Amino acid sequence: MTGKLRMKNVDITNLTIKEASKLIASKQIKVKELVNLHLGRVKKLNGKLNAFITICEDQARHQAEKVDILIAQGQKLGPLAGIPFAVKDLFSTKGIKTTAGSKVLENYVPVYDATVISRLKNANAIIVGKTNLDAWGHGASGENSDFGPTHNPYNLKRVPGGSSSGSATAVASGSCLAATSTDTGGSTRQPASFCNLVGLKPTYGRVSRYGVIAMASSLDTMGHMTKTVYDNALILNITAGKDEFDSTASDGIVDNYAEHIDKGVKNIKIGLPKEYFDGLEPKIKAAILKALKILEKLGAKIVEVSLPHTEYGVAVYYIVQPAEVSSNLARYDGIRFGFGREMFGAEAKRRIILGTFTLSSGYYDAYYLKAMKVRRLIRDDFINVFEKVDVLICPVSPTLPFKIGEKNTNPLDMYLADIFTVNANLAGIPSLALPCGFIDDLPVGIQIIGPDFSEKLLYQVGYAYEQETKWYERTPKL
Amino acid sequence: MVRKDTKAMNWEPVIGLEVHIELKTKSKMFCRCSADYFGAEPNSHTCPICLGLPGALPKPNVESIKFVQKLGLALNCRIQLSSKFDRKNYFYPDLPKGFQISQYDKPFSINGHIEIKGQENLKRIRITRVHLEEDTGKLTHATINGRRVTLIDFNRSGVPLVEIVSEPEMSSSDEIKDYAQKLQQIVRYLGISDADMEKGSMRIEPNISLRRVGEKALPPYKIELKNINSFKFAQAAVEYEIERQAKILKSAKTPQQETRGWNEIKKQTVSQRSKELAHDYRYFPEPDLVPLSFKPQESIKLKSEMPELPHQKFKRLTLTYELSQYDAQILTRDIKVAEFFEEAVKIAKDHGLSPKEVANKIINKNINVKNTLPAQLIKILLESKKTEEIDDNKLTAIINSVLRENPKAVSDFTKGKETAIMFLAGQTLKRLKVKADPRLVIEKIKNILASSRKRKIES
Repeated sequence: MTGKLRMKNVDITNLTIKEASKLIASKQIKVKELVNLHLGRVKKLNGKLNAFITICEDQARHQAEKVDILIAQGQKLGPLAGIPFAVKDLFSTKGIKTTAGSKVLENYVPVYDATVISRLKNANAIIVGKTNLDAWGHGASGENSDFGPTHNPYNLKRVPGGSSSGSATAVASGSCLAATSTDTGGSTRQPASFCNLVGLKPTYGRVSRYGVIAMASSLDTMGHMTKTVYDNALILNITAGKDEFDSTASDGIVDNYAEHIDKGVKNIKIGLPKEYFDGLEPKIKAAILKALKILEKLGAKIVEVSLPHTEYGVAVYYIVQPAEVSSNLARYDGIRFGFGREMFGAEAKRRIILGTFTLSSGYYDAYYLKAMKVRRLIRDDFINVFEKVDVLICPVSPTLPFKIGEKNTNPLDMYLADIFTVNANLAGIPSLALPCGFIDDLPVGIQIIGPDFSEKLLYQVGYAYEQETKWYERTPKL
Repeated sequence: MVRKDTKAMNWEPVIGLEVHIELKTKSKMFCRCSADYFGAEPNSHTCPICLGLPGALPKPNVESIKFVQKLGLALNCRIQLSSKFDRKNYFYPDLPKGFQISQYDKPFSINGHIEIKGQENLKRIRITRVHLEEDTGKLTHATINGRRVTLIDFNRSGVPLVEIVSEPEMSSSDEIKDYAQKLQQIVRYLGISDADMEKGSMRIEPNISLRRVGEKALPPYKIELKNINSFKFAQAAVEYEIERQAKILKSAKTPQQETRGWNEIKKQTVSQRSKELAHDYRYFPEPDLVPLSFKPQESIKLKSEMPELPHQKFKRLTLTYELSQYDAQILTRDIKVAEFFEEAVKIAKDHGLSPKEVANKIINKNINVKNTLPAQLIKILLESKKTEEIDDNKLTAIINSVLRENPKAVSDFTKGKETAIMFLAGQTLKRLKVKADPRLVIEKIKNILASSRKRKIES
């Protein structure tokens, strides 16, 4: 009886991991209750939002009971214990089907967990379901899923961004407290900013890629989305660090990202890369400049800087990425698991053909090799600029969340959605996307980009701004 | 062994060799599955990595890299201080990822050589590169419940495979055989592989073309021979190709560039893949693996860890034990025989036996070193010597008594009846407890009879 009363008092749409963790620790709520509340919302909204491909109701309840027992035994558990989270359907989950949003893998059930998943499980976080995405991570709107488009919780007629469309929608709609996502060219940051969330694209090598279905191996990073900056840091505390199964994972020490998150921005130098503002939609530009004003007020110094090779980013990205995609998708031949190649959608086929062409003998030097050289120049731009400033701030998306169907007939239009995000992937550096307001009731985001392994600094800057604005409090009306 | 018709036409074979050797590491190239798969139940040595499951990533096996570098050093190569892995993209059902992790433009070692028997002197065959890659799974075509199916066993998938590429500098099937055997010998000395052609742990792929004698440029085509599983077949295939190509060239045509296999039943090469169907492997740097760099000190350390190589052992055996080149050659052909010899020599020394006696015994008696202990060999050697020594006095005594007891046979023999000596020898051998060579006994009887006759005449 009292349990029910307590449950009614908790508004999970506004709940953060930090608060939920406190409620669990102080025994104001049982993990099972928290999980049930979220499962209820998942099921209630999925028809409307299509955020989930698979709902893990039984496993989630079972796990919740186990965590409750641990708590009852008085075991000291971390801040993620009992926290319901969603998993982008690119992450291998042992015993739970993992589709990559493609009919090719419609019935594929992995025999092992991705490293990120096993780490979150070890932290006693609870998987509520696997989220929808643009098939294989190919897309910036969520419309390219073989399981139907996902809808933006702030406006159901609009896209939530992509490719981590379901993860963004799941968190924004209050169906879970966090979600894993990937970011190869903006797939975490763009949907986060379309859905009023905090999304991290970590430094390449900060979080293990092992077990996550590869899109473009040299660009793929394993990110996550949360409602707040603090929550985001809590997740990275668990997922970051070396992994014997990923040779590209860094063995550098892992910070405590949540500690000193409130350090502030006094004397932090923030660079404003002019290339990211030329011709930017005035309303978005105004929102970002307003955010910078706030940071300036908090003690940060704003400097205009230049990243001269910015304009080549999308071109380089659409050489390197399809080349790696064409090779990474070769294993889906229908021989050992999944269905045959005829099940690939148009976008995957397009990238396979593009990539196969640019790697072909006679074209390799002109395309792939050249692109890799320009990629180096793009990275050098960032290295140079970080000698002058601590972080950069720029827009995430050139547009507001667009209407479903608005762009998906022209692939090139869709590719340009990545224009502000791809360069961080090409350079391998971290970037944190966070809300900076609303235009016409649609969320807008900014990204804070820093040098290699500067996630802690990104969180400090993000936190300072967030505490002033608290955009996360504006939840969608569903 | 150049066939007469090619000689007559003044054509000279130009042959290069690509050799693949599976490394005997504990675990596979990029995962921790056991690499010792031979005879294991199909697909029992597999994991997400060597099955190429979605999301799995390779993790290089340091031991295999060391093995390849050691081989590079043994083949007089330069060890590259910076190296990397690349993806070789092609589709085949035994290749689970749709690409093979290999090395394209930065192999672990380059520019080496092997010395083989030439027509007169030693001939140096240059080695272009030695690189590391992963092996594929194995396909078996079978009929199950009336259906023709192909079964895939991934136990071999991901086993480290070293590829040794030579320059096209061989000109006969004998030379390729000698090259391949030398390579096999070196690999076995290093202990990095069994290099067993029948088990498939060593595979040779000759590429062959013909040019007019005296020409320096490479011919405008080449034929690659694949799927050959013995030295004998390799020689036969190369000889067949020399003849086949010579015939085509004789009719003023150029053989088609293609890959051919060896059909052992028909004793001929058969076309497998033409140039038009040749793969474009679309190599690019493997993004899942970081580039590798090595310090010069590391290759110095590696050099100090190198075991004695066949030519070094050969030289040492001839010098240390004063063996003939012939004996040393035979003893060093197989490292196990050489090691057996040296062990036996140590024991022999305590018994006053010479290394030459040990060598003779091993070579002449064709001792199987696998089921004989060096100490056993010395025991046999000592016993055979012992009987010989005692025999002389004992034998004389026995023969004398046999002669005394058989005057009829003695007189038959002296009268010229040759078979009588066989009777006397038989009697002697019967009384001897140990086995003796009948020829020696006959010789001895003849000597005794001759000297006794001589004494009679003198007296």
